[in-house]
Amino acid sequence: MREVAIAGIGQTKYSGLTDQSYPELVRAATKTVLEDAETTIDSVDAVVVSMAPDAIIGVSHGERWIVDACGAAGKPMMRVHTGGATGISAVQVAAYHVASGMYDTVMVVGADRVGESGDAQTILNRIWDPFYERAMPLNTITMLAFQAVRFMEKYGMTEEHMAAVSVKDHKNGCKNPYAHVQKEFTVEDVLGSRMISWPIKLYDSCPSSSGGAAMILTAGENVGRFPHKPAYIRGLGHASETYWMGDRMGPKKEVDHADSPALTQAAYAAYKMAGIQDHRREIQAWELYAPFSNIELHAIQDVGLCEPDETLKLLEDGAFDIDGDRPVNPSGGVLCANPISVTAMVRVAEAALQVQGRAGEHQIDGVKTALATGIGGDHQHFGAVVVGDGR
Amino acid sequence: MKQESLTTLQEHWDITYNHALGETGSHFYNALRDEGKILGRRCPACERVLLPPRPFCDRDFVDTTDWVEVGTEGRVEAFTVVFQSFRGLPEAPYCIAYVLLDGADTAVLNYVRGIDWTPGNVPQNIGVGTRVKVAFAEEREGRMTDFWFEKA
Repeated sequence: MREVAIAGIGQTKYSGLTDQSYPELVRAATKTVLEDAETTIDSVDAVVVSMAPDAIIGVSHGERWIVDACGAAGKPMMRVHTGGATGISAVQVAAYHVASGMYDTVMVVGADRVGESGDAQTILNRIWDPFYERAMPLNTITMLAFQAVRFMEKYGMTEEHMAAVSVKDHKNGCKNPYAHVQKEFTVEDVLGSRMISWPIKLYDSCPSSSGGAAMILTAGENVGRFPHKPAYIRGLGHASETYWMGDRMGPKKEVDHADSPALTQAAYAAYKMAGIQDHRREIQAWELYAPFSNIELHAIQDVGLCEPDETLKLLEDGAFDIDGDRPVNPSGGVLCANPISVTAMVRVAEAALQVQGRAGEHQIDGVKTALATGIGGDHQHFGAVVVGDGR
Repeated sequence: MKQESLTTLQEHWDITYNHALGETGSHFYNALRDEGKILGRRCPACERVLLPPRPFCDRDFVDTTDWVEVGTEGRVEAFTVVFQSFRGLPEAPYCIAYVLLDGADTAVLNYVRGIDWTPGNVPQNIGVGTRVKVAFAEEREGRMTDFWFEKA
């Protein structure tokens, strides 16, 4: 396989605004990434569109609406969709395009307008089968409240631990100019915020964001043509869990809905491909997909950042803070912006910015290697990407 | 120069489906509606009783073979109490829970009714391990909402 380098990164400011249409956001992300890579659309050989449930923007087969906005006419273009993991899956598909030798330079691009309908949770209820489960108001909040309840039972997490994650991420988000939510909270603010789906409260939750993002990947031999210090995609992993949440409970379960063995599988596959022996030492920045505060805690232990019985203590000690020794979500993470279709791509983009030393105010010193993850479906599809500064 | 105001265009989707339930789903709902029974399907390899019933076991990748009537009491495995109403979803507050019914090996989702919920009283009223019993609707129509859980 060929080496794959990240040649450009483009993000729009994430917001709750309704001032731009879906194609306009895709166009903005495309322009931004081309400017960042100091190149033109002519250098892009193929396009991968990062697009989650299209009912959110209200156009079925919505990728056909943006062929022109991302300059894909006359080029190979395919859409990738794995729910919340869409963005990291799309980056992986773009990386396969380059690694295989099929294309030299590939753009992965997308946008979302989660506030477009105001009924996002009703749309997300429709990801469950109409036979057995949809009649109960499952949605992405309730499904992860079930995770929180089981994680509390298994590991002793409290509502205060969840609040501490939210406080940390929102503090980081204030340093990220692209973050949708740029506001600091105290533990008391989070605990006192409106209860949504016990134990998840408003400030434990991600916002409904609009915005676009794009990345340009190129074959390793091309890095000299692009302006920035190269960041390489060194490891890729992906794994899925059973559809049935109810099978992840009870004495005969193989996996527990509190945890995600498939995330562990994805992360360790990426470490192995990257040749990483001791990920806790060799990785200096962690961008872990977590749309609710409780999810960050299980993601931390499932990627092996610590042992499961250490997570809460390390959180209390500040180990996951931006200046801690295992910094998690220096960008503010998904709690500060969730434009669903590109959220998991942004994790990879932020990992790359850390490796390139371009993360600005939320830059961590001396990052050589970073991990990005994504989660989609009913806590079901998991992706991991290791980004490094070289071989 | 005066800034021109940005406008939106309102649309509504109204789509009807007649979803095929297949043999397994049809029999489950007929037994629920006509006999007030909750039936699971047993996997011949791992012997798990799968509820909701499925025509095959994903773990062993073999067809399930026989129907098993499960009990009407069980253990809460996961729950949440929702306090935020969403347009198109039920009026809050309500509790939904995954319950491992006696005789089943996978948990089934339904409402837990009969408790007046406040954000402060949740952990006193339900937890992982709480025993619940099934209550059946008098008029059943072959839907998951034909039954729900109440504290045992």
